[in-house]
Amino acid sequence: MSSLAVRKAAPAAGTTPGTAQGPPLRRRIALVPTATLLLGAIYCLLPVAWVVIAATKSGRELFSTFTFLPGTGFGENLKDLNAYRDGVYWKWMGNSALYAGLGALLSTAVSAISGYALAIYRFRGRETIFNILMAGVLMPPVILAIPQYLLMAEADLTDSYASVLLPLILSPYGVYLARIYAAAAVPADVVEAGRMDGASELRIFTRIALPMMVPGLVTVFLFQFVAVWNNFLLPYIMLSDDEKFPITLGLFTLLEQGSNTPALYTLVITGALLAVIPLIALFLVIQRFWSLDLLSGAVKS
Amino acid sequence: MPHTKLRRLVTISVAVTLGATALAACGSSDDSDSEADSGPVSLTYWSWTPGMDKVADLWNKGQGKKDQITVTVKKQASGDTLVTKILTAHKAKKAPDLVQAEYQALPTLVSNDALADIAGEVDGVKDKFAEGVWQQTTLGSDAVYAIPQDSGPMMFYYREDLFKKYDLEVPQTWDEFAETARALKKKSPDTDLTTFSANDSGLFAGLAQQAGAKWWTTEGDQWKVGIDDAASQKVADFWGGLVKEGAVDNQPMYTPAWNKALNTGKQIAWVSAVWAPGTLTTAAPDTKGKWAMAPLPQWSGSENVTGSWGGSSTAVTTDSKNKSAAAKFATWLNTDPEALTALAKEGGIYPATTTAQTSGAFTEPPAFFSNQPDFYTKASEIAKTTAPSAWGPNVNVAYTTFNDAFGSAAKNKSDFGAALKTMQDDTVADLKKQGFEVAE
Repeated sequence: MSSLAVRKAAPAAGTTPGTAQGPPLRRRIALVPTATLLLGAIYCLLPVAWVVIAATKSGRELFSTFTFLPGTGFGENLKDLNAYRDGVYWKWMGNSALYAGLGALLSTAVSAISGYALAIYRFRGRETIFNILMAGVLMPPVILAIPQYLLMAEADLTDSYASVLLPLILSPYGVYLARIYAAAAVPADVVEAGRMDGASELRIFTRIALPMMVPGLVTVFLFQFVAVWNNFLLPYIMLSDDEKFPITLGLFTLLEQGSNTPALYTLVITGALLAVIPLIALFLVIQRFWSLDLLSGAVKS
Repeated sequence: MPHTKLRRLVTISVAVTLGATALAACGSSDDSDSEADSGPVSLTYWSWTPGMDKVADLWNKGQGKKDQITVTVKKQASGDTLVTKILTAHKAKKAPDLVQAEYQALPTLVSNDALADIAGEVDGVKDKFAEGVWQQTTLGSDAVYAIPQDSGPMMFYYREDLFKKYDLEVPQTWDEFAETARALKKKSPDTDLTTFSANDSGLFAGLAQQAGAKWWTTEGDQWKVGIDDAASQKVADFWGGLVKEGAVDNQPMYTPAWNKALNTGKQIAWVSAVWAPGTLTTAAPDTKGKWAMAPLPQWSGSENVTGSWGGSSTAVTTDSKNKSAAAKFATWLNTDPEALTALAKEGGIYPATTTAQTSGAFTEPPAFFSNQPDFYTKASEIAKTTAPSAWGPNVNVAYTTFNDAFGSAAKNKSDFGAALKTMQDDTVADLKKQGFEVAE
């Protein structure tokens, strides 16, 4: 998420007046910040490198060879993972994609429309609703997992796909982001102009406001997608059938096999590596939406 | 095991929220115990044993078909987190019909009224198990809350080749064990006999059990906690002394460093249980065929007892609508020769029934111990000497405190007795907080 903040800030920094005046300063490499950033990068990338290298080691090599020495077992690990309980891993991967993809999509839709409403319309109780949402942002979702389980149990929905999807749809943080973004990106003048031209409120939202909000909504979508993909406790409590497990839960069962069965480390490591790939791919694909000119406005001031 | 932190985080967050919602859930308690035993019955079973679904298929195609009882296995992750999950489901009256539970988790489940008493359904099953194992499922009462599935009698594992190389004898008593550790240090200062690991409380609990400790007992309506009793103190002081003088290592088990130490012969013995061959296969792959198993050292030459480390049972929940059908399956699963052979083959378990321990599946030694052909004959003899154990409703709290208190004591080579005292105090305090009566 930090890359997002940097991107948003970048154009603003570039427009700061005064930097281009006077004789050009010789560019010096600032040692301390560079070193700090490098350290940070190493700190973040080292575990990733570990996973990548460990995934290539066979069970025999995993704990006995030098940590950063690539092994020879990657193909074997993939084959084992593929064969484990008739390929249940891919089922988990599919489930994760379903929970994260559909969940994030629904959640983005709800966030978009509620964020827009909260930003554009003035109505009684608007601030109250927004404050409640803010409280929701501060509440860790972990706390809600058990009450949600008990609710789902009342509705007889536990151990179903819906039990994991439904609680994800309303995301206070998503609504909050969407509201902030709508307030910034959709000028009141544009909405007013649409009304003057006789467009219905729904049409204004879908045809005018929504396209303006796309970069913000992409952020909401990505944020939700990653959150759901990494979610553990909610599906852990809701689901008992391992055919419905997402990948996080599936890998956990591979580790916790009981004391008389060794943990399947090589499978877990290879599985974890593969599970990151869709996230990276998603970021690479969707990233460019952020670069859409955030400042392109429909009104000139 | 290695990811105790994640497990603890999950357990804590679940526990916290459970507490918060317990009041809300208390409102609806309708006892719909309508036994619907006629007609086809379908049961769900939460288990972590690998291949349990295949064993259940045997039932579904054989005995189960006759009795019209179908069992569906839903594979779970093992450990304390599963206990919490079962309790959460039980709050919503949605627990599965059957659950797999470690012995030390049974009192927790029973005190939350999650497990059904199936004493009426399991006549004559008792005789198929060693006394010390069966007693764990009754909690010292007339009720039966589970059928034992696998057990983990403790044993002493050592590198046969290196013992010869360093000219060491296999220790018969703990005194000899200490002498062996010192002798090895003298001959090869870089090598350790073994390590005292503070990251798996089951090991220490089993050692204390061997020494005769009874950590939880009942006195009338009151619980009595004996973690700080003389037997446990003896064990704690023994290991604390060895760690302090540097005769054994103080690094935790199940870490890459530990694996490496075993694999390269830097550590040449391991106090473990019957399932050790499986762990050694992954931890020390290069040492295949070099290990041997012997009975656990004794506190006095005339004794012959062992503790247990691990093992689990099959229990029927109070939420089940078909308790007697569920009890029937649990009995079949853990006493029928065909089922037990399949369990041993698919799940790699060491059965708790005494007859199965010498059955066809256990004539061959584990592949990693091919040099010890009588591995399982010996194991079954050791299993018979398992001391009774006494678990209470907050084993998880005692275990967590163990990890913290003994973890830092082992690291700092400080007084283990003080750590034991901390464990006792925290466990008593937690019992009281939970509303149990505690005898001082």
